[in-house]
Amino acid sequence: MATKTAPQDIETTVMEALAQFGADPDVLTRDATLEEVDVDSLDLVELTQVIEDKYDIDLENADFKNVKTVGDVIDLVVERVG
Amino acid sequence: MTLHDVVITGVGAVTPLGVGARELHERWAAGVCGICDGEAPCADFTVTDHMTTKEARRADRSTQFAIAAGDEALADAGWADELPYDAELVGCVLGTGIGGIATIENNHDTLRDTGPGAVSPLAVPLMMSNAGSAALSLRHGLRGPVFSVVSACAAGSHAIGTAVRMIQHGEAEAVVTGGAEAPLTPLSRAAFAKMNALSASGISRPFDARRDGFVMGEGAGVLVLENGDAARARGARILGTVRGYGSTGDAHHITAPQKEGRGGARAMTIALQDAGLTPEDVDYVNAHGTSTQLNDRAETLALKLALGERAREIPVSSTKSATGHLLGAAGAVEAIATILALRDRIAPPTIGWEEPDEGLDLDYVPGTARPLALSNGKPAVALSNSFGFGGHNATLCLQAA
Repeated sequence: MATKTAPQDIETTVMEALAQFGADPDVLTRDATLEEVDVDSLDLVELTQVIEDKYDIDLENADFKNVKTVGDVIDLVVERVG
Repeated sequence: MTLHDVVITGVGAVTPLGVGARELHERWAAGVCGICDGEAPCADFTVTDHMTTKEARRADRSTQFAIAAGDEALADAGWADELPYDAELVGCVLGTGIGGIATIENNHDTLRDTGPGAVSPLAVPLMMSNAGSAALSLRHGLRGPVFSVVSACAAGSHAIGTAVRMIQHGEAEAVVTGGAEAPLTPLSRAAFAKMNALSASGISRPFDARRDGFVMGEGAGVLVLENGDAARARGARILGTVRGYGSTGDAHHITAPQKEGRGGARAMTIALQDAGLTPEDVDYVNAHGTSTQLNDRAETLALKLALGERAREIPVSSTKSATGHLLGAAGAVEAIATILALRDRIAPPTIGWEEPDEGLDLDYVPGTARPLALSNGKPAVALSNSFGFGGHNATLCLQAA
């Protein structure tokens, strides 16, 4: 998976994962805060697992320190996948 | 010190007879059996009817049953909108035999097949044996004493007994209590089968000469118990009273009951003494009655030891003839079935009982439910027994309102 991944693909992966975890699809947008879509620390650990598996990168808890919105999560992954 | 009396104000159940305490009570009384192909699943249970996707993903099947039964029990008690007491005085004690075994098995498969990195971050909160009490505490904001008890097939009754003591001693004004189990998994099936505990014929017929083991089932039972004075002061509908509780250990064998049923008999005697009652006051016994050779014989002897001649005069029936054996949920589901039977003044049947076994000569209520023979119009009293591997014995003494 070292080949370049389109940001759109990552956004779709994150959105689908959060929806699968039970986030309400009606409020699940880039601008929504994690609190608004009821995403907590356990969801982030699960999301990390999905992303690491799909894009072969390592994410730590600390990487999510400044993450506030769904868009922040997507941008973080896009940056790390490069 | 004067102990507070403890009343039952709400009940909820998910069982192989359906979703709801009413389904449990009415279908058992009507002689319906929830066993299908040698197992007793909760086939009518649809998790999304009871909770969100997120809540469902964060709960093992056993906890999902507890949540659904808990919602029903709290609504039944009139607690659906808000707690009638300070949340810090409302506890939750649930029993389970195994905990989240499906979660353990699924994650072990993942570990073996894919490696440690693929194990779910939700594995621990789902598989821990205290998940049920934690889930109900979170869902309803219960901030009093909250924990789970583990004593194999006696866990449901131990949970209720523990809740009773908390209320009696003023540690809690009310306790949400009961038990939950979801053991219909490959490892659990194989393990119980390998120790010859499961019925080879797939039939649960407690106390019948042809009984050949228990039929495994799943489900949950939840009761709302309240301090009697507090419940009456708020005008609660009272279903019945937990009059007494007795708990003993066999110290005999890891799986077999003591042959003469001495440990079980002591639990019954202690429960009656705790209730301030005598064997003459008992109108019905909801037996542990698993359909294993050993339990049903030892329990019959225990009943004779504890109740003397009275044991031959009163109906003794087993809910497990209709639901199979719900392990750590059994005591709770059976306490609910018992209090509703007492309310309606009936003894539900031991379904499938036909052939008497030598020495098993009590009135096991064959065929159909029958009215309880009650003298002097007093509220009906019953004992409900639960015995678990490890030699754990627990008896509840219940009385209709």
